[in-house]
Parts: sequence; C-alpha cells; structure tokens
Amino acid sequence: MNNLDVMLLVALVASAVITVMTARLLHSAIALALTSAVLTILMFRLNAPLAGVFELSVCAGLIPAILISTISLTRRLTPEALETRRKELLRRFWYLPVIVLLAGIALALVRVPLDFPAPPPAAVGSVREVLWNLRHLDLVGQIVILLGGAFGVAVLVKEAKDG
Amino acid sequence: MDSQTASLFSIFLSGVLLTLIAGFYCILTSTNLIRVLIGLEVLTKGVMLLIIVAGSIVGRMALAQALAITMIIIEVAVIVVAVGIVLCVHKYSGSVDTRLLRNIKG
Repeated sequence: MNNLDVMLLVALVASAVITVMTARLLHSAIALALTSAVLTILMFRLNAPLAGVFELSVCAGLIPAILISTISLTRRLTPEALETRRKELLRRFWYLPVIVLLAGIALALVRVPLDFPAPPPAAVGSVREVLWNLRHLDLVGQIVILLGGAFGVAVLVKEAKDG
Repeated sequence: MDSQTASLFSIFLSGVLLTLIAGFYCILTSTNLIRVLIGLEVLTKGVMLLIIVAGSIVGRMALAQALAITMIIIEVAVIVVAVGIVLCVHKYSGSVDTRLLRNIKG
C-alpha cells in the first residue's frame, strides 16, 4: 500500500461520482468505462490479474458498448430538454459530492475495529484449481445464467411475426 | 490481524463505501432507466473491489478471483436482460423516464 494506491482509490471514487452526475448518458457510459479501467489497475496492484483482465475486457469494454448501443436506440433529447435535464440533475445530485466528502472525512476519523482472527491457510493456490475443483457448481451456474440471459434477450427484443 | 493489515483494509474499505454510496444514490434518485442501470454498475464496482481486497487480506486470492469472475458473468447477464427490458419499455411508451410509466400501474 503506497500513495499510488490511495490516488487510485480517490480516482475510482471521483470517476464513480462523475459517472453518476454527468448530464449526458453517453458521457456517463464513458465515465463508467473509466471507473472500470481504474478498478482494473487496482486489481492488478492487489495481485488479481485474471479478475483484472475480465474486468477490463467485459466491464470496461462490453458493458459500456451495450449501454451506448441502448442510448443510441432511444430518443435523443432536444437542446432545450437537455438543458432542463441538466438543471434537474444538478438540483437532484448536488448532495452526492457533499455526502461522499463527509462520509470520507468520517471514515478517515472513525477507526473501525478490525481485530477478527486470521482464517486458516488456503488449501488451493490457483484460480484454475478453485474454479474446476472447488467451485465447479459456479461454472454450471454461470453457463445457466448466460443461456438464460441470451434467451431473455431473444424473447424481449424479437419482433412480433404477426404484429 | 496486525495493525498494518488493518490500516490497509480500512483505507480500501473507505473507497468501497464511498463507491457504494455513489451507486446507491444514483439508483435511488434517478428517474431514467438507463441511468439506474449505470448506478447498478457503479454499485457492483464497489462490491468487486471489496471481494478482491478481502481476498488479498486473508491470502485467498484464487477464491476471490473466482468469485469476481462469477460476479462479472452474472453482471453481464443482468445488464443485457435489463437493457432488453428498457428497450421494450421505450418501444411501447416512447420514453425511459420512470415518471411516465403510468400505464403499467396496478
């Protein structure tokens, strides 16, 4: 843990706040990709490269692409409507930086007691061993969820033949 | 848990909590369905960091990475289905604003 990690944490929180507060949804989706990229760097620094690669390719690449496609398929706001929305968002979200700042100060001042005992040493060492030997049911669940997601999208987005 | 590990955990925990606050705030106050999904994404970023930090501190990075990968897969499926629902809502009501979705009110 050094100053770079602290800076990355600050960048993560700042990009999350920018993601939430930006008026244009397109900018918000791009800021979400930036948040994922910062999280990926943190994952690499915490010695989690495999999860970092997944985070970078899926959460910083695929999900913003899906969101941007969705934004492009919905109706574009007129400049007047965008200005109204910007004012509305500012009115609704100006509390957020204040809350985040106050919560950050409170967390820096209050020390949470973290004296729980250390767990026993891990039995397996690599991610491959964990996924294939220890938590193979997770893989089955993931396949089912992916198939369910694909089926759900096919049902939702398909055009009615007789409509 | 030694003091150095506790200090490391408390600093990362602060970052996680602040990210979670941003995500919850977005979900609770947004009226745009796409922005709600973006808030959900921000929320999952905080949870993902918490899993990785917990794995790093207890020395079980393999298990933490396996859980993070599982979470990413579930996140993609949830977002894709939610986006499909949002597109259907837009198709039938012409808007993604939750305040205008009165015709499905019970």
